[in-house]
Amino acid sequence: MSRIRSFVAFSLLGSTLLPGAVAAQEMIADTSARKQALTSWGVQFEELEYRYSDDDEELGVWSADFFYGTDEFKVRWLSKGEYAIEEQAYEGLENQLVGQVPISKFFDAKAGVRFDTPEGPDRTYAVLGVAGLAPQWFEIDANLYLSDEGETSAELDAEYELLLTNYWILSATLDATVAFSEDREIGVGKGLVSTETGLRLSYDLVDRAFSPYVGVVHERKYGDTADFAEAEGGGTEDWFAVIGARIAF
Amino acid sequence: MKTRLVTALLCLLMPALALAGEYDLTVDRVKIDTGDFVKEGIGYNGKSPGPVMRFKEGENVRINVTNNLDEMTSIHWHGLILPFEQDGVPGISYPGIKPGETFTYEFPIVQAGTYWFHSHSGFQEPDGAFGAIVIEPEGREPFRYDREYVVQLTDKHPHSGDRIMRNLKMMPDYYNRQQQTVGEFFSEASQNGLMDTIRDRMAWGDMRMMKADVEDVQGFTGMINGMGPEQNWTGLFEPGERIRLRFINSSAMTYFDVRIPGMEMTVVQADGNNVRPVNVDEFRIGVAETYDVIVRPKDAQAYTIFAESMGRSGYARATLAPEEGMAAPVPQMRDAARLTMADMSGMPGMDHGDMDHGDMAAQGDMDHSNMSEMDHSAMMAGTSDPFYAKGSGIAPTAANGGKFLSYADLKAQKPLYEEREPTREIELRLTGNMERYTWSINGVKYEDADPIRLKYGERVRFKFVNETMMTHPMHLHGMWSILDVGAGEWNPIKHTVSVQPGTTVYMETEVDAPGQWAFHCHLSYHAAAGMFRKVIVEGGPDSTQAKTEATTEVGGDA
Repeated sequence: MSRIRSFVAFSLLGSTLLPGAVAAQEMIADTSARKQALTSWGVQFEELEYRYSDDDEELGVWSADFFYGTDEFKVRWLSKGEYAIEEQAYEGLENQLVGQVPISKFFDAKAGVRFDTPEGPDRTYAVLGVAGLAPQWFEIDANLYLSDEGETSAELDAEYELLLTNYWILSATLDATVAFSEDREIGVGKGLVSTETGLRLSYDLVDRAFSPYVGVVHERKYGDTADFAEAEGGGTEDWFAVIGARIAF
Repeated sequence: MKTRLVTALLCLLMPALALAGEYDLTVDRVKIDTGDFVKEGIGYNGKSPGPVMRFKEGENVRINVTNNLDEMTSIHWHGLILPFEQDGVPGISYPGIKPGETFTYEFPIVQAGTYWFHSHSGFQEPDGAFGAIVIEPEGREPFRYDREYVVQLTDKHPHSGDRIMRNLKMMPDYYNRQQQTVGEFFSEASQNGLMDTIRDRMAWGDMRMMKADVEDVQGFTGMINGMGPEQNWTGLFEPGERIRLRFINSSAMTYFDVRIPGMEMTVVQADGNNVRPVNVDEFRIGVAETYDVIVRPKDAQAYTIFAESMGRSGYARATLAPEEGMAAPVPQMRDAARLTMADMSGMPGMDHGDMDHGDMAAQGDMDHSNMSEMDHSAMMAGTSDPFYAKGSGIAPTAANGGKFLSYADLKAQKPLYEEREPTREIELRLTGNMERYTWSINGVKYEDADPIRLKYGERVRFKFVNETMMTHPMHLHGMWSILDVGAGEWNPIKHTVSVQPGTTVYMETEVDAPGQWAFHCHLSYHAAAGMFRKVIVEGGPDSTQAKTEATTEVGGDA
């Protein structure tokens, strides 16, 4: 029955458009957006905070990530800054522009450039890295850097989120930098350079778009890097109380 | 050639002879008020959901669709058997309907039952572009009723479809607020022992999978016929009447478990096709499915239609009552479902060897000393539903301990096709990566995939292997999906087939509709992420290869 009726419908169309040709409808090619790779974008400030140190130093700090692209290729702009409020100077300011491609189920490879333009000498680096999700839910971001001065270094970022509830989240972060050669001009000694560990308690106030937090951050310099800092009258270890918000949109 | 001429001539006369109905639909920007929030959306004839389109079997319909949006739109007639260029999928059936344009659909109605229509463009459907279709049969139905209501479910979200897709791509767990917490760890540890709980967490952490990954998009308000739980849509009845409820799940992402406390339901249709009546206390309706049930309230009291989401993150509620303003108690939602290792068993590369602790008890023999993994609802399941993995955490049970509908209960009232051996089998692995929010078939997304080519006249057996931890409602356009429930020629005829995690499901299709068709997971964001295929049916009633087939006789009443 159904077959006969659809046959009739086909003939009807056929007879009006192309006499004699049954089922003459063109099968179109799919050029709709569905057939294109889905492009997406996002903005995340993993950290956007005010820091107050145990020796009364005040910093404005951010760590942001903007991406645009498809599953196969994303462009990512990563921006990190540490602004000393009293001195009105950037203690740290780095911007990375990388391309990112998936290399395994949970990891991406990244390559690009990093520009450091803080107070003091600037550096440009070539970046090669991997980022992804390690077993047991550790977010990992590991990078190799080669500077325009020919010095190499590596950085590891790891983050773990503990869900106290589905809205109260305690996140632990570790950021460690190792230099394979010395760059005296920017105060970097060979070996383990510095670590920054943080513990932040956040509350998802508006979806996951706005999550205020408080926390503590510990920064430490090691080895020659610590010696260089001391020689210039700086400290080698700082504790900070932080207040800020995680932002995503 | 001669017969063709005769047919053509006959066709020119046909419009005068056959029933013809003309219908108008406008596609409009609308406001949707859920009771919890008001949201800009898309609807038909000025509201969402759109009107109930009432057709008659045997009628030729002309539907004029005017696009009042400032973007392209389309309407797909979900479950209707029609010529492919009337099917309403942009890029497959036709280019779509431009802003300001009126497109006239024209096709014969060759079936009866409950169906629905929705936009197939972008995320217009999650944004509200859907409505119901009710087709009155030519002949008598094998059941009686005194009145009928459409009960159209949806999961209205405060975010637009585009934003939801983007958020899922940025953070796959963006909307998941049922994740396991520290508190849950301690309560589980006190129940199952610390070491078992740690081992369990480690096993899941090792896979980087979440037991709480039942519903990707939470935070919605469940709605029935455009009304939220507080707005309480109400259908009136006289005690003793038989009421036919035409349940349609028009959700973007949400499966609902439906019950009417105090009343048994008799399922008489599934996806528009009559089934042998089954009495149930509760049923799960997959995204895009329809179930027609008959209820007979004897007392002059109110009854709550309660539809809680499969993942228990939200619910829809409506009322059947003898008069307006009455209400019955609204039940509490049950505990959130948790996946088990059994639901993961379809994943490739799962090393079952190092997982024989705690959780794996669910897989094999029911070792009660070791059942730390299973949630209570799964444990209470006396008879397990063969359409869920054995020991699945999301296998449903009735709230009152009674009968919960299974696919295995569905038997066609009257077979639509003659039973015959399939001509070949096509395996479709349902694949994906939750962390990247990519969804695909056989590991290939639609954008990279070649079409599935079928030959007119063959009977294809599709084998769905769900390798993900999510349920996928697979919808083949244009041709029926004969779901293999092991009932031979009485296998039910559907348009949407749910494939649960860790399971393999078979369906057969009589390839009787030439042209090209969409075939996809009906979860909006899974389809958009790539779990989608184009099916091309080569040949046709006119071509020599199909002429010889016996299938020309098998078309029947829907």
